[in-house]
Amino acid sequence: MDLGPHATFIVAAYAVASAVVLTLIAWVIIDYRAQCRLLAELERRGITRKSVPLSET
Amino acid sequence: MPLIAYANPSRFLSLTERVLPWLVGATAIAFGVGLYQAFWVAPEDYQQGATVRIMFIHVPAAWLGMVCWTVMSVSALGTLVWRHPLADVALKTAAPLGAAFTFVCLVTGSLWGRPMWGTYWVWDARLTSVLVLFLMYLGLIALWRTMEDPTRAGRAAAILTLVGAVNLPIIKFSVEWWNTLHQKASVLRLGGPTIDPTILVPLLIMAIAFTLLFVTLHAAAMRNEILRRRVRTLRLRQAHAAQGA
Repeated sequence: MDLGPHATFIVAAYAVASAVVLTLIAWVIIDYRAQCRLLAELERRGITRKSVPLSET
Repeated sequence: MPLIAYANPSRFLSLTERVLPWLVGATAIAFGVGLYQAFWVAPEDYQQGATVRIMFIHVPAAWLGMVCWTVMSVSALGTLVWRHPLADVALKTAAPLGAAFTFVCLVTGSLWGRPMWGTYWVWDARLTSVLVLFLMYLGLIALWRTMEDPTRAGRAAAILTLVGAVNLPIIKFSVEWWNTLHQKASVLRLGGPTIDPTILVPLLIMAIAFTLLFVTLHAAAMRNEILRRRVRTLRLRQAHAAQGA
């Protein structure tokens, strides 16, 4: 596959897009693990969702 | 079960748990097919040469940047009119995704513009209105961070989102209303696309891949936000209990 005389621009564009997408994926995964850890920690201390008002989600 | 029943945070969590693996798989397959088409099937453009391959990420990113704000505007109505907690969650979690897609659109557009136009940037109506969209995304994210109470922040963000929706038709029709260096619409236009099918098909596959990516990330980010609000609620309960003791 020949990207021609402007290969640098094409590679740079795909590199930036890949970096942004991978950052978003990492953000979602790391955030999920962090929230699960915090919830588990609170529940271990006996603080559960029972009797929490519905509006508080 | 009617679709509205899934607008309950607990049901939404169980739904995402079941659907997310399928969405991840579909997104990966769509990107695999799209990138293969973009690099090994689509021919070089007779004017742009190989740089046309930048369009396969630039155009879908631009569409998604606008789609995100549209989703946020619908969510904003859900927040302001029906005061639904999931609408608020959808609005908040779409903003970073929209900012990221708009950023990709701006950067890849610049990288395409340098070899094709001879410049990374011009202050024409299309480029400037997309830059304004990006700045609005950042403003919205900043607004969420300035208020601790998610309900108050949600209402303020919803109003700002609806006001900002004015920019969407400006972006879309900027190339018609003003004399711009940016080309006119060549896919979503009356009279059909003007792009040859050998380039249009890979472009549409990449657009599907980007859309699936957005749906997947948005569902996952919404799940995270629901969990974050549960953590906040439990911490408030803990603080209440400590005060009462």
